[in-house]
Amino acid sequence: MAARTLEELRSRYNTVASAQRKAGPSFGPGGGPARGRPGQGPKGKPKETAKTIKRMWSYVSDYKLRLVLVVLCMLMSTCTSLVGSYIMRPIINNVAAAGTPAADRLVYLAKILTILAGIYLMGIVSNYLQQRIMLSVSQSASERLRNDLFTKLQTLPVRFFDSETTGGIMSRFTNDIDNIDTMLNTTLVQLVSASVTLTGTFFFMIYTNIWLTLVTVVFIPLMLFSGSVIAKKSSRFYTAQQAALGAVNGYIEESVTGQKAVKVFNHESVCVEEFRLLNDDMRSKQLGAQFFGGIMGPVVGNLSQICYAVTAGVGGILCMKGVFDIGGISIFAGYSRQFSMPLNMLTQQASTIFAALAGAERVFGVMDSTPEDAFDTPDENPPRIEGNISFKNVTFGYVEGKTVLRNISLDVEKGRKIAFVGSTGAGKTTITNLINRFYDINEGEITVDGIDIKKIDRKFLRTNIAVVLQDTHLFTGTVMENIRYGRPDATDEEVIAAAKSASAHSFIMRLSDGYGTMLEGDGQNLSQGQRQLLNIARAAISKAPIIVLDEATSSVDTRTEKHIEHGMDRLMKDRTTFVIAHRLSTVRNSDKIMVLEKGEIIESGTHDELLALKGRYYELYSGNAELD
Amino acid sequence: MKKWYKYIKPYLPYFIIGPLCMIVEVVGEVLMPKFLANIIDYGTGARDIENASEVIKKIYSFAGDKSPFVIAIMLCMVITAVLMMLGGVGGAYFGAKASVNFAADLREDIYRQVQKFSFADIDKFSTGSLVTRLTNDVTQLQNFINMVLRMCLRSPGMLIGGIIMAVVVNPGLTAVLAVSLPLLAVAIFFIMKTAFPRFSVQQEKLDNLNSTVQENVTNVRVVKSFVREDFETEKFRQANALYKTAGINSMKVMILMSPVMTFFMNATTIAVYWIGGNMLVNNSMSTGNLTAFITYITQILMSLMMISMVFITASRATASGKRIREVLDEEVDIDDVEISEEDAARRISSGEIEFRNVSFRYYKTSDEKVLSDINLKIPAGATVGIIGSTGAGKSTLVSLIARLYDADEGEILIDGADVRDYTLYNLREGVGFVLQKNTLFSGSIEDNLRWGDSNATEEEIKKYASIAQADQFVSQFTDGYNTMLDQGATNISGGQKQRLCIARALIKKPKILVLDDSTSAVDTATEAKIRKALSGMLGDSTVIIIAQRISSVKDADMIVVMNEGRITGTGTHSELLAGNEEYREIYYSQADGKEGA
Repeated sequence: MAARTLEELRSRYNTVASAQRKAGPSFGPGGGPARGRPGQGPKGKPKETAKTIKRMWSYVSDYKLRLVLVVLCMLMSTCTSLVGSYIMRPIINNVAAAGTPAADRLVYLAKILTILAGIYLMGIVSNYLQQRIMLSVSQSASERLRNDLFTKLQTLPVRFFDSETTGGIMSRFTNDIDNIDTMLNTTLVQLVSASVTLTGTFFFMIYTNIWLTLVTVVFIPLMLFSGSVIAKKSSRFYTAQQAALGAVNGYIEESVTGQKAVKVFNHESVCVEEFRLLNDDMRSKQLGAQFFGGIMGPVVGNLSQICYAVTAGVGGILCMKGVFDIGGISIFAGYSRQFSMPLNMLTQQASTIFAALAGAERVFGVMDSTPEDAFDTPDENPPRIEGNISFKNVTFGYVEGKTVLRNISLDVEKGRKIAFVGSTGAGKTTITNLINRFYDINEGEITVDGIDIKKIDRKFLRTNIAVVLQDTHLFTGTVMENIRYGRPDATDEEVIAAAKSASAHSFIMRLSDGYGTMLEGDGQNLSQGQRQLLNIARAAISKAPIIVLDEATSSVDTRTEKHIEHGMDRLMKDRTTFVIAHRLSTVRNSDKIMVLEKGEIIESGTHDELLALKGRYYELYSGNAELD
Repeated sequence: MKKWYKYIKPYLPYFIIGPLCMIVEVVGEVLMPKFLANIIDYGTGARDIENASEVIKKIYSFAGDKSPFVIAIMLCMVITAVLMMLGGVGGAYFGAKASVNFAADLREDIYRQVQKFSFADIDKFSTGSLVTRLTNDVTQLQNFINMVLRMCLRSPGMLIGGIIMAVVVNPGLTAVLAVSLPLLAVAIFFIMKTAFPRFSVQQEKLDNLNSTVQENVTNVRVVKSFVREDFETEKFRQANALYKTAGINSMKVMILMSPVMTFFMNATTIAVYWIGGNMLVNNSMSTGNLTAFITYITQILMSLMMISMVFITASRATASGKRIREVLDEEVDIDDVEISEEDAARRISSGEIEFRNVSFRYYKTSDEKVLSDINLKIPAGATVGIIGSTGAGKSTLVSLIARLYDADEGEILIDGADVRDYTLYNLREGVGFVLQKNTLFSGSIEDNLRWGDSNATEEEIKKYASIAQADQFVSQFTDGYNTMLDQGATNISGGQKQRLCIARALIKKPKILVLDDSTSAVDTATEAKIRKALSGMLGDSTVIIIAQRISSVKDADMIVVMNEGRITGTGTHSELLAGNEEYREIYYSQADGKEGA
């Protein structure tokens, strides 16, 4: 198979480009609205940026007292370093003064050095204090930011998670908050330090010699100008590099994750070829980015060396004219270099600030997403849910304009078992998604015990519905903890009883530590069938009056399924049960079977009624039976 | 080190010129204070020009007087600064060339290596960790190289240059450095020694925090349906607090660095002022030299700090380098490099398969055999069903056919030749595989189907897609076969995915077709249709079907029953029903639901 061109690959794997791509056809809950979002770089609207900064500020503003201390320490350490370098002037001038007696000069030197030692000590102490306080402030702030983000995440609707990749959410916790943390930690301090150093140095410069100060001032715009030219170039290449990097990483992720399929189809050479195209593209982009990123220091830094040279020359001549002193030259040369340092620092800070702003926008973007509406009048909840459920003309689509369920009406009395059959993509899973309000319906009404579920608190509603989902998901922790997830206050005995009813007990006992065995990475050390059994046990322990089984036993072999049948019967006894299965044997003894086709109920009734109808169900069933 | 040289060699000139350019900057930086000292000493007239070095004397005599001399020195300084700038820019240019190319070549090599990996190798590393190594670790290494190229001559150069100049300016005063430098080095060493273990603790807590978030996000439906949001938040808060504490613990050591540095710098400065001041009073040292000396001290101590920074980055890069080497040094356990020319031409012609005394373990160290003593002969063109409970070894058995794994004992013959006597390409070309956990790739549906055969015509694609019962739903999409699939094909349903995977394998027109539980998400009626269509078109191909449902394999020429890594029975449906207890059990567990029909 021929490799694709660079253009095609770039548009496929560059996350920015792919987010703008039209979303493909959508059937299941997985195919929500367009995945990912561009969110690269700050939007550049000054008003928005100001808002973002204000909001970041709110995370440190609780520590005002400590911040004041930080600034004081900062001032102190900057001043001591300014004074420290100025002190060289009197030392040199007085100690080198040939007129005074040697002994006097040494006494003077001793005296002034003692003062200098004191100044230095203050500088060191205040510098350390400033860093130590700032460390705790920034760490606390980013801890709070992460907590807030996570807490918010828990309130967001399932729809949000459909539209975001796991990687995208993760990078907010890591990359984005790290960038904000770096900014909080360094930028604030550096801005203060740089401006104090700048003004302080400027003051000392003027105080030392006004003419030399003018020479230095001429160089500032030159440095700023060349700095900003390079920064602009470098940021353009940087963006291109990030896009290329995104494409390379995307390609790696997909092809390495699907490596087994690649091998089975002898596709390795095509992959290598395509990878090379992307890798070489990144190579050229990176060259530019690294080069322009790398010359900022030498160019700006050496402009300040030129400034240093010119000051030295002009200072020397002024000295000879008798309007300046040797000590002055030495410190001024130092100042002219000191002057470029904060400028250099500020240009570097610019990229930190941009990165942090972009990160903050992404983080706050999540925090500003609309949560599942909280229900703040819990007393209106019914005291307990019995389990009578009815759908009245329910119509629903994940994406606007694409209806998944059309005009669904049904009634289930409490304790009854209702089953849904139909081909894949018919909308079976969607129905269960609606009962526990993962999604809210567009039209119609769903009621529990006669109450519209929109009027029942989501959490209360969900506590009353136990779910076994199609995709098995487990948590890092022991087997015991995983089963207990269904009801935190369950005793060990209850956990074991639930495991037994789900036929999971025997395999659990065969694990190295029984119920204490640690499961890691979504229970990768278990087979798919075993994971499903644990999921069933987790639902079995819950005392919810309603239970939803979505393909709960699809990966369990039929003999084991037979074994757990009794457990399942016990599980479903006295509970309203929704069953989805493509094995018709699983749904046969339901009180009512609904046949779904393209989002509509086309037939309903008991197994025998439906067979007698000789419709779609009969077709499905006999298609099966005919081959038996 | 030798092993990395391969990636350095093509760019060796850049690796050498880059640091050399930086040397220009270093030399300039070291010279600048000395120039200034000359202006102070001889320009402003405190000292006699006779004390100056030969070069300075020449400049002085060329200039003729003091004022032109100062201007001449100033020009020298400006020229030096311009040269330094060029050196710096050159260093950045060659450094970028060297590190970027190094990393790109390395990345490509790792990727190639991963493509060579067998299934066992992939299992060993896990795909997630391979992805991290290809992305994160390579970047870490690249950053390190970039830094080293700029620093490797610069910082030691500054250190050595600074020390030399200090000695030139005043050997006596250098004694101060002889005391403070070792002390500072020891202090830095202790700080880093305390900090490093704390960094690894911090990394551990970060991993923990990340996995908490990841688990929460992927399991969001579980969390919500069991209303465990508060529990999850509490779990996260704890992980977060631990991470914060670990962060503060490591950083509070690292921030000692700058006060300690400053302390030594200040103490040294005061000592130099005192001793130098005494010399000045005794006229054994000039003012300009004292100024220069102070500057050198700063330079020396700064470069020491830079060197310690390189060590910090180095420790991270070493870890990444090690992880990359593990991938590159992994001996690929399945290859076909030693195959003879005669064997290289061999292709699968009829599709007869024979297993002889085959045993297999996933991990060479584990005692538990996944397959033991398998003997099985499948005639060409036969349809064989394999049935058995989860974990019986069904998937493992079929994966040995295409050498996805190699058997530990015994041999597997295809058309009478050992599978190891085929090239991997020819072997896999002849076997069409629909894996249990199948992957579609981002791209159009047509792109994906063409994996089977890049030259397939549109009619062929449509034909095989309809056999797999995929054409019906694909043609309903607005864009038909041009419909774009997202990564992981999340925009189509599980059943649709499986049907496309079957079509993809069919387009290959393989002599041997393996369907490993590949219709589990397809409803019964559709599955029946697929089976019917298959039997019509696969006249002479050998077909192996692994299934959960008896109905899927009932009509096969032969059914193999497996349990705990062994074959417990072979035969037709009726034979097994009569003579195999296990098969009967499976049959009744399924048939029972249909008694009413």
